[in-house]
Amino acid sequence: MINLQTFGKAGSCRRVENVTAPNANAVRRIVPLVAAVVSATCLTGADWLQFRGNDVSGVSALSEIPTTWSDTENVAWKVDLPGRGLSGAIVIGDQVVVTASSGFRQDRLHVLSFDRASGNKNWERQFWATGRTMTHPKMCVATPTPASDGERIFAFYSSNDVVCLDLDGNLLWLRGLTHDFPNASNSLGMSSSPIVIGDTLIVQVENDAESFATGLDTSTGKARWKKVRPKKANWTSPTLWQNGDSTALALLQSSAGIEAVDPRTGETQWKFGDGASTIPSSVVTTDALLIPSNGLTAVRLGEKVDDAEGSPEVLWNDSKLGPGTSSPIVVNGKVFVVNRVGVLQAADVNTGSTLWKLRLKGPFSATPVAAGKHLIFFNEKGDAQVVDISGAEGEIVGENSVGETILSTPAISDNEMFVRSDGHLWKIAR
Amino acid sequence: MPIYRCSFAAAVVFSMMTSLPAADLNSQINAIRNVSREGQGNEAAAAAVRALSGASANDLVQILAAFENASPLAANYLRNAVETVADRQLAAGKSLPNQQLEAFVQKRSNDPRARRLAFEVLTKVDATAADRLIPTMLLDPSPEFRRDAVERLVAEAESLGKDATDQAKQIYRKALSGATDSDLAKKISESLKKLGDDVDLVRHFGFLTDWRIVGPFDNHDFIGFDTAYAPEEELDFAAKLKAKEGEVAWGEITTTDEFGIVDIAKSVAPHKGAVMYLATTYEAAADRNVEFRFGTPNAWKLWVNGEFLFGRDEYHRGMAIDQYRVSAKLKAGKNVILLKLCQNEQTDDWAQRYQIQIRVCDPSGVAVLPVNSDSKSTTNLKPSKSRSPRLTASVEGASE
Repeated sequence: MINLQTFGKAGSCRRVENVTAPNANAVRRIVPLVAAVVSATCLTGADWLQFRGNDVSGVSALSEIPTTWSDTENVAWKVDLPGRGLSGAIVIGDQVVVTASSGFRQDRLHVLSFDRASGNKNWERQFWATGRTMTHPKMCVATPTPASDGERIFAFYSSNDVVCLDLDGNLLWLRGLTHDFPNASNSLGMSSSPIVIGDTLIVQVENDAESFATGLDTSTGKARWKKVRPKKANWTSPTLWQNGDSTALALLQSSAGIEAVDPRTGETQWKFGDGASTIPSSVVTTDALLIPSNGLTAVRLGEKVDDAEGSPEVLWNDSKLGPGTSSPIVVNGKVFVVNRVGVLQAADVNTGSTLWKLRLKGPFSATPVAAGKHLIFFNEKGDAQVVDISGAEGEIVGENSVGETILSTPAISDNEMFVRSDGHLWKIAR
Repeated sequence: MPIYRCSFAAAVVFSMMTSLPAADLNSQINAIRNVSREGQGNEAAAAAVRALSGASANDLVQILAAFENASPLAANYLRNAVETVADRQLAAGKSLPNQQLEAFVQKRSNDPRARRLAFEVLTKVDATAADRLIPTMLLDPSPEFRRDAVERLVAEAESLGKDATDQAKQIYRKALSGATDSDLAKKISESLKKLGDDVDLVRHFGFLTDWRIVGPFDNHDFIGFDTAYAPEEELDFAAKLKAKEGEVAWGEITTTDEFGIVDIAKSVAPHKGAVMYLATTYEAAADRNVEFRFGTPNAWKLWVNGEFLFGRDEYHRGMAIDQYRVSAKLKAGKNVILLKLCQNEQTDDWAQRYQIQIRVCDPSGVAVLPVNSDSKSTTNLKPSKSRSPRLTASVEGASE
């Protein structure tokens, strides 16, 4: 476990991340990228800047959150939200940011900032969707989780609108990716959450009609690159891999497999072409990528691939480790996967060997997150199951309900967990 | 400190003094209105928003006026400026120009987006504004205002007792006149039916019900979407055309579905790997801009008077009223509408629908019916026989 600090201008400081052991090296290398853009403002507390956190692992190794909570216990605050959202909250210093969509046509896009300590609303900004807003009833326009580089907020929606605000809610730029590319949409809805790598926002806009990925300049919103992607609906989110001491790679998943691209140029570095799921996303270990492909497939990372079309070495594959909707998560050398019927499986990340199984109460849309020795699973009914993964077998040590549908992935930061429904945002902490 | 933060701070300080000079205000507005595709003009627009965010409350109405003919991107920049100015004023305990805002809301020729935003700002400081303004907005150009007004009337009708049937009917009928959202129109229609009144939702929405149809042409392995079959080259309803399963001729298809769904799978055949063409005519009273609004789970292309307008190569990702919106210009007199509707080869139960629902309306969603349309048709393609769903000719050997 590493507690990292970066330094801006004289006297300013910002603790960037709690990271888990398996990804410690990767995150250490990420820090310079993040540090290049973090605010000089002195803020306290760790951040959770994007879907599955800063390093896209879903792990906050230093945090310990309560295993039980209720209306009267361990809920620091609960606030109303003005619209629907499958997007998760992100944490930037002393504020918690969420997106929402409202209106009969879900064409009103919201970005809201709340004070982390009190839950008081700092500001709210609204925009009109410029792309199509039709989604499956279970989804909504505010499905992708926003991202941040610590200084800017990048809100992305199923309508393929991208809004960039500063931390005070001032508009810095916006893009209408369906406005620009009119066939880029999915009538079931788009869900891919963008990630920030250095000064580039990686966005996947992949669907049956006009499919592409793009790297947007975080300061202007203009495309550093745009590349054609497989013409098939895809709801997965990009993953981050720090390749040795060189630049980080954005790992783009689709039905075709994985395409590793340079985040600043979009140039393909290598491909894994054996297909992959279009719903759960891949996760990185110390030296491997675990891909929801033919069950779960581990490929070696970090090896230099000379041929742009070259594929990384397959380390193992297990057809029984296929995840359902939730993405897998890696903690302390184990990968945890929830299948379609709600069975949690723990497997060795090096071999794929199943270590134990535990039946949970599903169904699940949210991806689990880890705080210390606990995994937290929110099912769609809003029931949270806290699983202790430190022993030889997994054990459910807490069961709690927020009483509302939860389809979003929580954020964890400094012993605090933030989770949202269509109507509310909760801070769960002692 | 980043440059933009310095600029914003300076703008805020400046705002404490006075309104922006008119020339500055116009300059910033122009910079925003010039924002265009692929981020072009983003930097200038962002700088302009920062400057406008420092404007005084007295400048709000002029910023709102700049929404007129602004692109959707520019409108969002302008919206942010308005929100920022208003929020800052309120946070500082200052007043807003309520009378000017209300006058702006009430002027229906102003941009609907700007009027709605002005209304939302106004209601932050005037709790009675909604009750005062919304009841007057039943036929407003803004769909959001209309929706609010319709919802109030529906609630009023629902609150009436069982012995006030005639009054309830009257209120529901009034509500329906402003309803362009499908959920409200459906709800009102069902309520009126319970009270003994029928509602013609086909005419209410302007669904196109009567079509000529020909096919199936080949779409195995998705080849059909990009293949220009004979109807794309020449629209000759008397011609025999070479198709997937031999020679075919144009037939007719008419729908009596309450929501105008033309169901090829049920009314013609559950073709797979197929392309069908549908054509109709629409007589416009004058040159005018309209929207064609679609719902279909199938891939499609649309031509009006021979001009290709839009196409979408997506299958079985859902269907809804007004799923797609395509702007078009109709000419006075007869207009020819040609649709290409493609079905793929999926065998899943959920991938069998082969249907389309299409209507003509104005940008606010109000139906635009062709001239000389009557209660039996929303196109100028008069059915040659009865109006029941049918296909008189779509296969080899059939004649027009």
